[in-house]
Amino acid sequence: MIDNNQLLRFTTAGSVDDGKSTLIGRLLYDSKSIFEDQLEAIETTSKRKGHDGVDLALFTDGLRDEREQGITIDVAYRYFTTPKRKFIIADTPGHIQYTRNMVTGASTANAAIILVDARHGVIEQTKRHSFIASLLQIPHVIVCINKMDLVDHSEEAYNKVINQFEEFSSKLLVKDIRFIPISALNGDNVVNRSENMPWYQGAPLLHTLETLHISSDINKVDARFPVQTVLRPQSEAHRDYRGYAGRVASGVLRPGDEVTVLPSGFTSQIKSIDTFNGEVEEAFAPMSVSITLEDDIDVGRGDMIVRSNNTPDTSQDIEVMLCWLHNSPAKPRAKYSIRHTSNDQKAMIKEVVYKYDINTLERQTEDKTLTMNDISKVRIRTTKPLMIDSYRENRTTGSIILVDDTTNETVAAGMIV
Amino acid sequence: MSKYYLNYLDELESEAIFVLREVWAQFQNPVILFSGGKDSIVVTHLARKAFYPSKIPFSLMHVDTGHNFPETIQFRDNLINELGVNLIVGSVQESIDQGRVAEEKGKNATRNALQITTLLDAIEVNNVDCAIGGGRRDEEKARAKERFFSHRDDFGQWDPKNQRPELWNIFNGKHFEGEHFRAFPISNWTEMDVWNYIARENISIPSLYFAHEREVVWRQNSWIPNSEFLKLEETEEVLTKKIRFRTLGDITITGGIESEADTVEKIAMEVSAMRQTERGNRSDDKRSETAMEDRKRQGYF
Repeated sequence: MIDNNQLLRFTTAGSVDDGKSTLIGRLLYDSKSIFEDQLEAIETTSKRKGHDGVDLALFTDGLRDEREQGITIDVAYRYFTTPKRKFIIADTPGHIQYTRNMVTGASTANAAIILVDARHGVIEQTKRHSFIASLLQIPHVIVCINKMDLVDHSEEAYNKVINQFEEFSSKLLVKDIRFIPISALNGDNVVNRSENMPWYQGAPLLHTLETLHISSDINKVDARFPVQTVLRPQSEAHRDYRGYAGRVASGVLRPGDEVTVLPSGFTSQIKSIDTFNGEVEEAFAPMSVSITLEDDIDVGRGDMIVRSNNTPDTSQDIEVMLCWLHNSPAKPRAKYSIRHTSNDQKAMIKEVVYKYDINTLERQTEDKTLTMNDISKVRIRTTKPLMIDSYRENRTTGSIILVDDTTNETVAAGMIV
Repeated sequence: MSKYYLNYLDELESEAIFVLREVWAQFQNPVILFSGGKDSIVVTHLARKAFYPSKIPFSLMHVDTGHNFPETIQFRDNLINELGVNLIVGSVQESIDQGRVAEEKGKNATRNALQITTLLDAIEVNNVDCAIGGGRRDEEKARAKERFFSHRDDFGQWDPKNQRPELWNIFNGKHFEGEHFRAFPISNWTEMDVWNYIARENISIPSLYFAHEREVVWRQNSWIPNSEFLKLEETEEVLTKKIRFRTLGDITITGGIESEADTVEKIAMEVSAMRQTERGNRSDDKRSETAMEDRKRQGYF
């Protein structure tokens, strides 16, 4: 593999009926990422279950409960590599009761694959998946119109689905949408170009994934550096060293930059940006580095180093799109721990503004409960100010989770509006 | 203008460093589970990078089954010396002597499952609240759903159906007294990534990974090394072969493959052409379709 190859993370949402598992199986199989012993194991299971041939979908089943029930409950991660890129697939179930898993898988994705059955066109599930991709600000969406073999590889059927999709997707905030007619079962336009659809001039799916331009998806404007921990070696060689360790969330930082430490507001200059391999001239997302400052000021975990001429909002009142993840619903006016970058505070949900009907995408203002898989706009008050950007501008400094202190469980995830 | 993106190895490295620093910040007494295998060696290397110029702030914990490759122990002791870190050893032999566990019987008996008790005892005795492992999601189907921060109850058990959701890069390590976490900084790495990284960083690894002559026995489709612990069947024959190991576990269960690869680069080439998963040579995973999941539920690595 070539040294400057990039990593692409994508999510696939769908159910067995869409051919999602078959598509993933096909991608892995045709890119030679399934090993012989894995294939043998699948063959054995396929036979035992009385299936004809090898059921590639079995490859994506993991836990025992899932194998028994024939469904994917959780997010499963798959890996494959081509000479052009390394890929991480977050494979998530598509049914409505697994919205939280789709949200989880989408949170780190550069791209989303949405599967549509060519025979049925855009259905509620398609809208739901697209909505989640838009909500989580996945930069690239690839709509795969699958089972083209069942509609005679017809261009008309393909165009019909595109029209349906564009009709409702104009309301969504996705920067880049593409359409590919495929047959996952036969491998048409997955890895290899289809001979059955000469009318399709675009690239097959794998080529599309290999060439998506993802470098510009990262925010390079707003320099944000959440401090994870302080490095103080106190050894002979580094007696006075005091480095702020963290990963650049966005923007570019250079030695000499005028910076402000939040929330204290102290200002200084970057003295050096250090790594194990030596000092670097600049640091950008998602590099893990250690920053030293010219002045001896108090900086610790939960603080954020930003460039002085471009600072985030500082607020105790935030509006978020909240996805409830836990099977026990939100308790009215209860306190939760809120995690935002490396910052840990207490917070209270003050108000549920509206809740989405995840099927019709309409806003409901009557029902104020927050139960598992609900996506709602809420107002949150924190005990101390958070340094925030909107999620649309910054996926790292615009995201939060809520933790229930009585169970320590992660109960909700939110995107700052 | 320079390019503002990382290549895939730099991105994986940065992610792992981020996870290791989160572990340090969120827990009181974390350790690195060190087996002497390449994955835990890579994790240790990453820890060195994450906290430089400080020393690695974690102890290394080794669960010693007593059925080791001597090379592994030698390698471990050298590395400990070089890094100046503390070593904690949990001994399966002691667990047996104390009657905490009973030795398996029969030809295919191993101490693999016995490690669970020793590991959990060592975690409890040393007040460890987070054990950092070299587990990767590409290794095995039960591991594909593992989190970076994985919660264990006060019996050390993993409940795959009740895992905390993990979104973006926000990790929730909150826990009650007596519970602990496992953390997996190289979750997103594949076997190939590990080898490419070892080559790039010039990381030393035990000689067992390189092709060498060794006495072996053909059993369960792989070459099992001859050792004082191996009980030979009448039909089995000890041969000398040029082999290397793809993974390192107990000497009793780790099968070698015939190979000529004697440098990291040659190994990386060989691995990229492999048609079998690396755990395909591990008899501990062949016991049943869900062998790994069952052990993980009980508290296995």
